[in-house]
Amino acid sequence: MTKNGTSRRNVLRSGAGVAAAGVLAAPMVHAQGTAGSLRFAFWDHWVPGGNDALKELATKWGEQKRVTVSLDFINTTGNQLQLTAAAQAQSRSGHDGISLTPWDVGAYSDKLEPVDDVIGRLVGKYGPINPVAEFLCKHGGKWRGVPATSGTQNKPACVRFDLMLEHAGIDVRAMWPANNTRGPGADNWTWETFVTAAEKCHKAGFSFGLPMGQFSDAVDWVGALFAGYGAHITDATGKPTIRGNAKLKTAIELGVRLSRFLPSDVWAWDDASNNRALISGRSALVFNPPSAWAVAKRDAPQVAEKCWTIPMPAGPEGRFLAYLPFTTGVWAFGRNKTAAKEFLEFITQRENAEAITNKSGGYDIPPFASMTDFKVWETTSPPVGTIFNYPLKPHHQARTSIAFEPAPAELASQMYIQALNTKVIARVAQGGETVDQAMAWLEREINNMRRG
Amino acid sequence: MAPDSSAAVAPARPPAARPPSNAMKRFARRRSTIAFLMTLPLISVIAGLVAWPASYAIYLATLNRRMTAFIGLENFDILLDNETFRAVIWQSCFFAITAVLLKALIGFWLAHMLHHLPTKGQRKWRGMLLVPWVIPPALSTLGWWWMFDPSYSSINYLLNAIGGPSIPWLGSPWWARISVIIVNVWYGAPFFMIMYLAALKSVPEQLYEAAAIDGASGWQGLRHITLPMMQNIISITVLFSLIVTFANYDIVRVLTNGGPRDLTQVFASYAFQVGVLSGNIPRGAAVSLFMFPLLAFIAYFVLKGVNQRNKEMA
Repeated sequence: MTKNGTSRRNVLRSGAGVAAAGVLAAPMVHAQGTAGSLRFAFWDHWVPGGNDALKELATKWGEQKRVTVSLDFINTTGNQLQLTAAAQAQSRSGHDGISLTPWDVGAYSDKLEPVDDVIGRLVGKYGPINPVAEFLCKHGGKWRGVPATSGTQNKPACVRFDLMLEHAGIDVRAMWPANNTRGPGADNWTWETFVTAAEKCHKAGFSFGLPMGQFSDAVDWVGALFAGYGAHITDATGKPTIRGNAKLKTAIELGVRLSRFLPSDVWAWDDASNNRALISGRSALVFNPPSAWAVAKRDAPQVAEKCWTIPMPAGPEGRFLAYLPFTTGVWAFGRNKTAAKEFLEFITQRENAEAITNKSGGYDIPPFASMTDFKVWETTSPPVGTIFNYPLKPHHQARTSIAFEPAPAELASQMYIQALNTKVIARVAQGGETVDQAMAWLEREINNMRRG
Repeated sequence: MAPDSSAAVAPARPPAARPPSNAMKRFARRRSTIAFLMTLPLISVIAGLVAWPASYAIYLATLNRRMTAFIGLENFDILLDNETFRAVIWQSCFFAITAVLLKALIGFWLAHMLHHLPTKGQRKWRGMLLVPWVIPPALSTLGWWWMFDPSYSSINYLLNAIGGPSIPWLGSPWWARISVIIVNVWYGAPFFMIMYLAALKSVPEQLYEAAAIDGASGWQGLRHITLPMMQNIISITVLFSLIVTFANYDIVRVLTNGGPRDLTQVFASYAFQVGVLSGNIPRGAAVSLFMFPLLAFIAYFVLKGVNQRNKEMA
């Protein structure tokens, strides 16, 4: 029975819809628009308020374009973000766009919308994009995602300058001052110098806090060490280049030597263990974004005020900086792809990237070299200039790196997740194998991964 | 008497004169139809939540990495060719068998202790001993992780306080394996305890009294009365726990993440690493299915034994 087109069933259905909307609504809904709606899943920033910039930018852009934008923030604890991406790729439904961890862009490249037009305009405006980001995002000659600012991090050395000066005789503040110059000793800041300093600090009871397990902090710094020695374990096709690779052998030997001066339990460290080592005052150096320093600032200010961020050491093949970028992809099965791409282009504009970086306290790194001069890195304290050298700057004479480059993404992702570079060192240092035996194992492991 | 035998002696009737028989058949049919309809929700649940995912996992395991081509059993061949996976098989078996044996022994011992306590005190102890089993394992494992923490282990703190050395609980391969087993036993032993306690309570006291009159010792009572009477529940509990322990994921994931050097990886954690994190879903599916035939084989014989014993008792 209906009157004026309203039936009892319709009323109930509408009521249920309202109730469901209340329960299931995304955490943010912006300007009611007439140009459709857009749903994005972004990485949930660990910095309190770190998501605020994206929320504000979404509101602003949504109002301008009359698009209803809703953002979900999903964290990587327990790999929730990776699981969400995997589920959406499998079911071909979900958000319009999603934050992707470094290797996921390659894994889902055939399900991601090409964004060459967006990248073309951004590069035209801001200059060259980070080469590692390009390596990770470009597949089959097409860009499959826009390198993100939010969540993207470098992992330079965060050094206790007082301990380093006292026990290793290295003045890191003079070597890498908070201006665009290199100080005395910068040219000698090599992995050999680093091992010597590690030994001295270890003897003094302040071992460097370098994880050697299977988490990303460990894989990243060892990846930069290998890159510094030119120790590539595969070529660009994924073919192992291990047999007779003297550079790789030298890098492994240095890693083994260095591991003797680290805490005995580094083989089980996770991504938070190095932070704890620094904050507790037990460690003279960690490789980390400013998160360790930021927590120290809150929990152990006497430690934070003695921290100074400097580039990673150099190897015979150059200086490399561990770099872990996020990418935002637009699903090919998304409903509003044009608006999604437009939104990504908007949030990558310099002023918006700076807003994102500022909200994260300088943690987030934009993908353009022309954006490494934000004020936040100069002014953050204590001490003033402590993270000036956090972004890669021209005077560092360094390049960013990601472990296992230049292997193809589908192989590199397996090697990265299974931490083959730290394991090959561990097999020698902890397992008692010779370097040759460990390298032979590495080759067998990679050949097995390539099958199927 | 069977309906057929009465039909054999009854005089033949024309078809029209046999409506009750047809009605009975129709009724029987109707009853089975009703029964089918009533079990349909359960069948749907099993089909949707068990049969379909299992079939889909089998299908996935036969695909190539890109999931674009059928490669038969090659994923299994690749896995068996891999040293890390062969170590995972060994570790999973070592972990599951050791943990289940320890859980069974500790559970049996606890059940005996509780069974001989007065009823009033028994409830309190039973409640307390069940606590590990009711806490979500991911949460309790986190607590254990803090105690085993590489740098700030509270257990090591206590060991140091009494002059003992620090133990690299999670950093050394064997200690890491032992740590994973300790947490699994801590979590799972109460389940065995409660099952064995229920079984103990069902053993008639008269059997023990008769044995005592015949001069049987405590050990003989245990050997010839308690264990035979509990055989079925022991078999089912061990089987159930073996399956669950082989499929354990959260303890390894939280405690060691499979490290150091993959030496604490078990099937589930390795399947997640290979399948989801490394983006090789077919190979991850193959890892997770690897123990299925063996467990199905064990389950078949254990359940067959239980059925046989039930028939003998009946």
